[in-house]
Amino acid sequence: MNNSSTMNGSRKAGRTIDIVNRGLKSRYRKEKRFRLYGILSIVASAAFLAFLLTSIVMNGYSAFLQTYIKLDVPIEAGMIDESNPKRSNFQGIIKSAIREYYPDVTERREKRELYSLFSSGAAYQLRNNVLDNPPEAGTTLSLWVLADDDVDMLMKGHMKRDVPESERRLNDRQLRWIEKLENDGRIEKRFNTTFFTSGDSREPELAGIWGAVRGSFYTMLVTLALSFPIGIAAAVYLEEFAPKNLATDFIEVNINNLAAVPSIVFGLLGLAVFLNFFGMPRSTPLVGGIVLMLMTLPTIIIASRAALKAVPPSIREAALGVGSSKLQVVSSHVLPLALPGMLTGTIIGMAQALGETAPLLMIGMVAFIVDVPGGFTDPAAVMPVQIYLWADSPERAFVEKTSAAIMVLLGFLIAMNALAVVMRKKFERRW
Amino acid sequence: MLMLAGALSVIGCGQKAEQPAAKGEKAAGEVEQTEEAIESARDYISIVGSSTVYPFATVVAEQFGKTTDFKTPKIESTGSGGGFKLFAAGVGVEHPDITNASRRIKKSECEMSAENGVTEVVELKIGYDGIVMANSKKAEPFKLTRKEIYLALAKEVPDPSGEEGKLVPNPYKTWKEVNPELPETKIEVLGPPPTSGTRDAFVELAMEAGAKEFAWLKALRKEDKKKFKGIAHTVREDGAYVEAGENDNLIVQKLDANPDALGIFGFSFLDQNTDKMQGAFVDGVQPAFSAIADGSYPLSRPLFFYVKKAHVGTIPGMAEYLEEFTSEKAWGDEGYLTEKGLIPMPEEEREKYASIAKNLTPIVCDEL
Repeated sequence: MNNSSTMNGSRKAGRTIDIVNRGLKSRYRKEKRFRLYGILSIVASAAFLAFLLTSIVMNGYSAFLQTYIKLDVPIEAGMIDESNPKRSNFQGIIKSAIREYYPDVTERREKRELYSLFSSGAAYQLRNNVLDNPPEAGTTLSLWVLADDDVDMLMKGHMKRDVPESERRLNDRQLRWIEKLENDGRIEKRFNTTFFTSGDSREPELAGIWGAVRGSFYTMLVTLALSFPIGIAAAVYLEEFAPKNLATDFIEVNINNLAAVPSIVFGLLGLAVFLNFFGMPRSTPLVGGIVLMLMTLPTIIIASRAALKAVPPSIREAALGVGSSKLQVVSSHVLPLALPGMLTGTIIGMAQALGETAPLLMIGMVAFIVDVPGGFTDPAAVMPVQIYLWADSPERAFVEKTSAAIMVLLGFLIAMNALAVVMRKKFERRW
Repeated sequence: MLMLAGALSVIGCGQKAEQPAAKGEKAAGEVEQTEEAIESARDYISIVGSSTVYPFATVVAEQFGKTTDFKTPKIESTGSGGGFKLFAAGVGVEHPDITNASRRIKKSECEMSAENGVTEVVELKIGYDGIVMANSKKAEPFKLTRKEIYLALAKEVPDPSGEEGKLVPNPYKTWKEVNPELPETKIEVLGPPPTSGTRDAFVELAMEAGAKEFAWLKALRKEDKKKFKGIAHTVREDGAYVEAGENDNLIVQKLDANPDALGIFGFSFLDQNTDKMQGAFVDGVQPAFSAIADGSYPLSRPLFFYVKKAHVGTIPGMAEYLEEFTSEKAWGDEGYLTEKGLIPMPEEEREKYASIAKNLTPIVCDEL
């Protein structure tokens, strides 16, 4: 009796549904909490990203505009050297045009302050204009010339007008001259084409990202041309042909290890091997590309091997079954199927290389280079290096240039990563 | 791994073989000027060296590139010591032509150059740079003496009780403890790391001079120079001196956010940030353009660059670059370098160095 009642009771308590019901609430709670953690981490990362992007955009968007001043340049006989127009004193012509607009400025010191409102690039603008389109003597050229970076900062509101004179870089007299330009509608902000067409400069208003973009382009071309074939050949051999023994295991461990080596080490290797031993030219995209190739190679090999592994063995077996040779199996079946994955890996590796500065420091690519590089053996800087150099410059106007250059670099990175996603979506095969 | 390295070196060679051909085409225009080019020609000047001289050298290089038919020189900022190392490595296109320096060349560096075949080195002084201690405009300007700077920043200082010959680990936590007239704020100084030339100069000009004000330390200097330098040059490591990296802009931003802190950097950064920063008075003089130029501000140092004479005439544009740098419109009293914060030399000194640049008079290692 006693015995059976306890048995009954235990059956009652032990009904599975009861146990489930008892635990159900806490299980739901657990799941809810887990989801909440997930959402919170996404919100946190999104907030950090948004903070980063807004601070960069807020700092940098004004760099896409640049202050220009309209200057009437009277061309008198004798001003332009007839035999060699390139050698004319364009700085002098600009200065006389400025004096004409401000006839009441006569004292030497004041004149210097007045000239400093205009960029030293104004003379080059005039020169290009004159050389393209030689003006007749007696005519007046109406030119929008670049303003100095201090004027630009004032017009963009980075320099306050209402603070005491000693606390800003333009004095009261210079402010009055600028007001005169404003009243005549001769000063305005325009789209900054210089930023996208010229190389580096120590004058913020003349500095551009184009030299660095070209440098990055040549460097990446060398990296791609070397690392893609080498990486894929290495991956295919290791995955499809190599015997599984101690030696290949050793190579595999080494490749994985290399992927985690700090990038500066590759720079030191490049300095010792390519510059000192082979005597390649310093600061060139050729050497930079080779060093970055060393860095991206492990990434590409690992990604390519993963892509090869993902091709089902049945495809290999079927091809072998109809009499293909091993090479035919790989080249006409496995490789095409694995290629999208390999390309994705390559693009991600290249995007990494695009943002790298440390290895380039050792081989002299962190340098001030004004001329836009025209080939693989011209000295060049790359985009992240340009960002670093501008961030280190004393002039205030370089702050916005730095952020603008970051935006350009981010644009390239987003484009490359988007390409990787699109390619994966487009060529992806499911088995 | 080995196999990979082998493959790489083969590719490296292939690329290298192609490269002189491409270069040849490019440089064809200037071949007439450089018939006696050393090996395969380099058609631009390669400059390395001090990050302090970098902002000035780059301006000259850009001006030179824009106003002549030569290519714009390439300038790397490697630090003075790193620059000398590259410069002294030898003669030939793969080695730099010029190195910038925020201190004079050392005898050992000069001898190393000579060993590597760089026998004739021309020294050119370009002007002066001031080192400032600055704080945010939100606070009162500091008025310091070099002795106070030494006491506030050295790792070991003479015993405050006044006992001679006894050093104690730096006990000062606030400026008021150093000198009762100073504000009662924590000693917090942001400055460059030991690799920087600015730091070398600061330690020598401010702290060493401050240490010399103690008579027994001055006497020690005569007896045991090394020991004295160890005392005067060692900066405290207990957190009062913060190494803020080589980026002077970063120091300016940090000072703006923390009005109690002082920063150490070059005068050109103060000059660009007068709306946010103010320089501390040192020995009663505030850092200003005129005070540094006439030498009344104590923390100023000369800037140099060094030219490989063997490269003048073989690398196109060398002589013209020197001419541009030593012209009145560049380094003169109203030259464009002064706008970037360089303090010009007195006229006699400018004439002296301009003539050295013209005649390419080399230095003698034993005179250093």
